[in-house]
Amino acid sequence: MSTLEIKGLVTSVAGKQILNGIDLVVHSGEVHAVMGPNGAGKSTLSAVVMGKPGYVVTAGEVLLDGVDLLALPAWQRAQAGIHLVMQYPSEVPGVSLVDMLTEAFGARGRDTEGLPAAIDAEAERIHFPTALLDRSLNVDLSGGEKKRNETVQLALLEPKFAILDELDSGLDIDALRDCARRVEDATNDTDMGVLAITHYNRLLAELHPDFVHILVKGRIVASGGPELADQLERDGYEAFTDGAPDDAPATSSYDDLFAV
Amino acid sequence: MISSLPAAIDADAPDRDLRLAAAERAAGLTVPSAELEVWRYSRIAELHLDEYSPAAVRTTVTGADDLVADPAAVAALVAEMVVHDIFDELSAAYHRTVAVQVPAGRVLTEPIVVTHHVEGDGVALFPRLVVLGGADSEFTVVERFESAPGARALVVPRLLLHAGQAARVSYLGLNLLDTTVWSLGHQQATGDRDSTTLLATVALGGDYARVRTDARLVGQGATTKQVALYYADGHQMHDFRTLQDHAAPKTYSDLLFKGAVQDTAKSVYTGLIRIREEGRGSVAFQTNRNLTLSEGAWAESVPNLDIRTNDVKCSHASTVGPIDEEQRFYLESRGIPPQVAERLVVLGFFDDVLAALPVGGLRPELRAHVAAKLDRRVS
Repeated sequence: MSTLEIKGLVTSVAGKQILNGIDLVVHSGEVHAVMGPNGAGKSTLSAVVMGKPGYVVTAGEVLLDGVDLLALPAWQRAQAGIHLVMQYPSEVPGVSLVDMLTEAFGARGRDTEGLPAAIDAEAERIHFPTALLDRSLNVDLSGGEKKRNETVQLALLEPKFAILDELDSGLDIDALRDCARRVEDATNDTDMGVLAITHYNRLLAELHPDFVHILVKGRIVASGGPELADQLERDGYEAFTDGAPDDAPATSSYDDLFAV
Repeated sequence: MISSLPAAIDADAPDRDLRLAAAERAAGLTVPSAELEVWRYSRIAELHLDEYSPAAVRTTVTGADDLVADPAAVAALVAEMVVHDIFDELSAAYHRTVAVQVPAGRVLTEPIVVTHHVEGDGVALFPRLVVLGGADSEFTVVERFESAPGARALVVPRLLLHAGQAARVSYLGLNLLDTTVWSLGHQQATGDRDSTTLLATVALGGDYARVRTDARLVGQGATTKQVALYYADGHQMHDFRTLQDHAAPKTYSDLLFKGAVQDTAKSVYTGLIRIREEGRGSVAFQTNRNLTLSEGAWAESVPNLDIRTNDVKCSHASTVGPIDEEQRFYLESRGIPPQVAERLVVLGFFDDVLAALPVGGLRPELRAHVAAKLDRRVS
């Protein structure tokens, strides 16, 4: 049993505070959905946990089984067991999936014998055409193909926790179902914990979260069970937005002046 | 050097008079100035010719045992060679020529490999390679430049290549020289009607290594493809000047040059697409991409167009920049350490050029060279 703990996380991007104190605890095997409107800080949350350059943590902690993830570079966070499924996976010309996974396995001391066969099997499992596997990473792939590609990687790398950044964006319903089911299988087979960040309910219909959190203006304003997503579907974000303070420090440069 | 040169000309050479005349003309010339556009950005001002004496280059050839070159045909092509500067004259005086002529209709499945072994201290070497592809012939010539460790030499290679009607001629020049060697190369290629010429260059070695390539399309429907992979580290400089010269209707040229620089190394690419009045209906592409892998490294990229007729399609693209941060982060987010992620990105960057080389079997060796260079990076 592993635990991913986000405590009082405050983060700025380009001098602007986006996350205003996030608290979240995810245990192995649990599926947490973080839902929020555009600009709430959803993608920032996923990027800062993974360690993307350009995000400055000014307060708070991210711990994986007590280990301070914020002190580690991205590659070591990944090796520690965090995996980010990106909303817009980068194109890497001239580097194939097998090239990349061979290095990713090697860096973890995992045996790469049988990797090509394992990739084929995972691709077939989620209906990702194996003919596309030889292409450069994410080059000339459709939105759905990119997410299937991301899901193949997730399945093979077997992280302790997966962060899904808008897995549902750019996906048709078939691809969404294939990817979501594979993620759900991993929560059962390898006890993977999931932090699914999404704008819409559509992913949750496939992914069946145990917990739902509403993120508005860089704060979690409500947490509950799956019924919270239903309430959101009925009432919209408006119902939650009202409770959030408008004068978040992020929005005023004067607050920076007086912060010390 | 110049005063000692005539002594190096073999008294029995059948073309002794031609050589002596060229040596005499060379004696009246000076090393070109970097103020000339074609030498702009170069390190030519660092060259001191008097530090070198002409010598015979040791060259080995494989894969051409049953081929015989016709001296008259070789001489005719040499006579067409455009003389630009002192180095062309010195080459005419002191060249050691290897001629490869493939008869009409002949297809060679294995490449002809010409290897120049650069040895000695303070030597100037003038290898000349003449390649004649008969009509409808198909073959590949690989020219390797290798040097003994620490050999202090000036190499002045000349390539004259002619592809006859409908011939498919591929050439790969491979610079694996030590960083004590200067190389000043010049290549002139002509393609007859419906011919296809591939001119490939891989430059990894040399201190200052320059290749000027003039690819002329003189027959309707002729095609040239030019690709290069270059990677300079330490204090190296790689310098390329290319000309895609369309002198016949409906000709096609495509150029893809990709380079990397690191440490305090430099590179220059300047390319010109020229479509002459008689080149109507022609298509030309030119792409140059450069990776700067260290703060102190520098790459220059200058594309040019000279279009003198209508009804043509041309495009050029050029980029200079560091490794893409998004690509690096994507790989690192998979648990790949930074230096491995960079190796993947750099090898990936060169992948399309490596795939376009005429000899696929060299790919693993060249990938290993690139990876080793990256490992040597200072900062």
